[in-house]
Amino acid sequence: MIEIKNLHATVDGKEILKGIDLTINPGEVHAIMGPNGSGKSTLSYVLAGRDGYEITEGSVSFFGKDLLEMEPEERAAAGLFLAFQYPVEIPGVANTTFLKSALNAIRKQRGEPELDAMQFLKLVREKTKALNMTDEMLKRAVNVGFSGGEKKRNETLQMAVLQPKFAILDETDSGLDIDALKIVAEGVNALRSPERSMLVITHYQRLLDYIVPDHVHVLAFGKIQRSGGKELALELEKNGYAEFGVNEAA
Amino acid sequence: MAATTETVEQVRAVTEQKYKYGFTTDIESDVAPKGLNEDTVRFISAKKEEPEWLLEWRLKAFRVWQEMEEPRHWAKLSYPPIDYQDAHYYAAPKMKDRPKSLDEVDPELLKTYEKLGIPLREQEILAGVEGAEGKSPAIAVDAVFDSVSVATTFKAKLEEMGIIFCSISEAVHKCPELVQKYLGSVVPYTDNFYATLNCAVFTDGSFVYIPKGVRCPMELSTYFRINQANTGQFERTLIIADEGSYVSYLEGCTAPKRDENQLHAAVVELVALDDAQIKYSTVQNWYPGNEDGVGGIYNFVTKRGACRGRNSKISWTQVETGSAITWKYPSCILQGDNSVGEFYSVAITNNFQQADTGTKMIHIGKNTRSTIVSKGISAGRAQQTYRGLVKILPKAEGARNHTQCDSLLIGDQCGAHTVPYIENRNRTARVEHEATTAKISEDQLFYCRQRGLSEEDAVSLIVNGFCKEVLKELPMEFAVEAQKLVGISLEGSVG
Repeated sequence: MIEIKNLHATVDGKEILKGIDLTINPGEVHAIMGPNGSGKSTLSYVLAGRDGYEITEGSVSFFGKDLLEMEPEERAAAGLFLAFQYPVEIPGVANTTFLKSALNAIRKQRGEPELDAMQFLKLVREKTKALNMTDEMLKRAVNVGFSGGEKKRNETLQMAVLQPKFAILDETDSGLDIDALKIVAEGVNALRSPERSMLVITHYQRLLDYIVPDHVHVLAFGKIQRSGGKELALELEKNGYAEFGVNEAA
Repeated sequence: MAATTETVEQVRAVTEQKYKYGFTTDIESDVAPKGLNEDTVRFISAKKEEPEWLLEWRLKAFRVWQEMEEPRHWAKLSYPPIDYQDAHYYAAPKMKDRPKSLDEVDPELLKTYEKLGIPLREQEILAGVEGAEGKSPAIAVDAVFDSVSVATTFKAKLEEMGIIFCSISEAVHKCPELVQKYLGSVVPYTDNFYATLNCAVFTDGSFVYIPKGVRCPMELSTYFRINQANTGQFERTLIIADEGSYVSYLEGCTAPKRDENQLHAAVVELVALDDAQIKYSTVQNWYPGNEDGVGGIYNFVTKRGACRGRNSKISWTQVETGSAITWKYPSCILQGDNSVGEFYSVAITNNFQQADTGTKMIHIGKNTRSTIVSKGISAGRAQQTYRGLVKILPKAEGARNHTQCDSLLIGDQCGAHTVPYIENRNRTARVEHEATTAKISEDQLFYCRQRGLSEEDAVSLIVNGFCKEVLKELPMEFAVEAQKLVGISLEGSVG
């Protein structure tokens, strides 16, 4: 599904990613764990196509296509979704309007017919209910005045409506209390399927108690230092990142 | 950054490349010689077979105007001097007599309106059909071509209810007592340089009278079109809502692309008597000039409404996207106790467009209330200023005003300025002013694009959200047009 080879990326001339290799097959959930500043968010932005990152070396193939050549919206249409660590507020634009525009923009790019208001409403109501969200949240402006938990649930709703093939969850647990974390994790787990892959980016093991990964990778200093199964996460929880030369107290 | 440059490109595309109304119509015109003097004024008045009082009023205005100085100092606008002698002050499509029906109107002219999307003919047909009012809300249209009103639809149907909707030249003959009583009663002939010029040389415009207790059953609409080269357009609109009546009036404007600047100096006067309500909406899309700032309309407009009666209400809603220069402050004089004034505005300026626009709310009566919501969007090298006055006079016990003034910047070469003037002379009055300035952020654009929207659609969506409070004030019939103009899909169909 996605194959990342020797990926190097710089921001303002400073190298952040220093040769990432990672292959994710359909249906797999991978977790990337790492200390602050290790390049976790940079990796998610580079994959999603954000401006401001220069790819100096390496390649990313997504369903056999060169992902790095695509515009962000083309990546979205191809099935890539990024759940933001800090979801962005768009004042005055109702959540439903945003979702409908996004879904139809993607369908249009794929040559599928756009959904009309009724069809869309039916779909979104269904998904909202499954996530324990209220209709009232749909009417509010995108992420404006949302609590941390509401924002993350809203990201999950978008994912449920857009049905991506590959979802990157960037620090989805940040800013969530344990109850909110459970709800979001349930929503994410409901989306797990043999065709859908996920890349869960997190600092703490806590999230991985609820979204249990197939593979865990440790990212530090812009490189994957170690890979393993879910037990690697537990080990990290116990020992911290010290063995990778990271002093978190500093 | 790359994204921002692209954004600017897209907005430019919306406002300039897509100025699809830039065609001209090949029509024989009856044109006054260039220049402005007392003879020009007499020529216009004679063309319109006006009564003596009106000619006298025009001449008084002209004499005052000659002594006036162009207001070039206080507004944040810069443009070369205007040679008032180098323009035609009257241009009319050639017609032997006033057309009795649309069939007598020059087909070329009707074609122009068709291109503009004004369904004159269809509506005329509709007007004759039994039960047509049961269908989607109809709009009565008065079309003004260069200086002359060419057709008014639905007239007969409105007349049954006692509503008068016709060109102002026609009203001068049809109901002279109303015209004489109210013309210049809100914007006097001594008011300001452009309004006074308009008094002297106004050529046509719309006239509306809604009788006591009548709720006008359809939107009344005027379409203004400047076609003739080197022509100034000076239209004059007068709307009177008698006691307990209601009317919603729409105004739309376009002009062909021309390299020279054309002058447009209109005057609109509204009068609302006891318990009457006037809703006045404008979508202004005059040619803005090209991306280097060549050509475009100079729009110097005086719009003012008087809430004369108790509990009366006047709302101005405007979507301003066109014109090279916009100088416009639709205002409310809140004279009657408990009267209400509202101003909702979206102004979009791009390339080298300049706009100095806002409102004036003059609180005279007790418990008068006003609301101002202004949304300014600036892109390219455009400069935009909100200039608003809230004035509370000593007798306006309990007066209230709330002003909200938001600016959105796209790119880093444009400007947004806010100049609020507040004069409060009553202790019990309450005046609130809020202002914000924001930029479309890279974060917002990236977020939208990650969800599948193109950058252009993302900008539209964000701008649409920014303007929402104002766009929702537009009548449904007009909202579609406004949405096209802003280049956005209007939300609200779901949720």
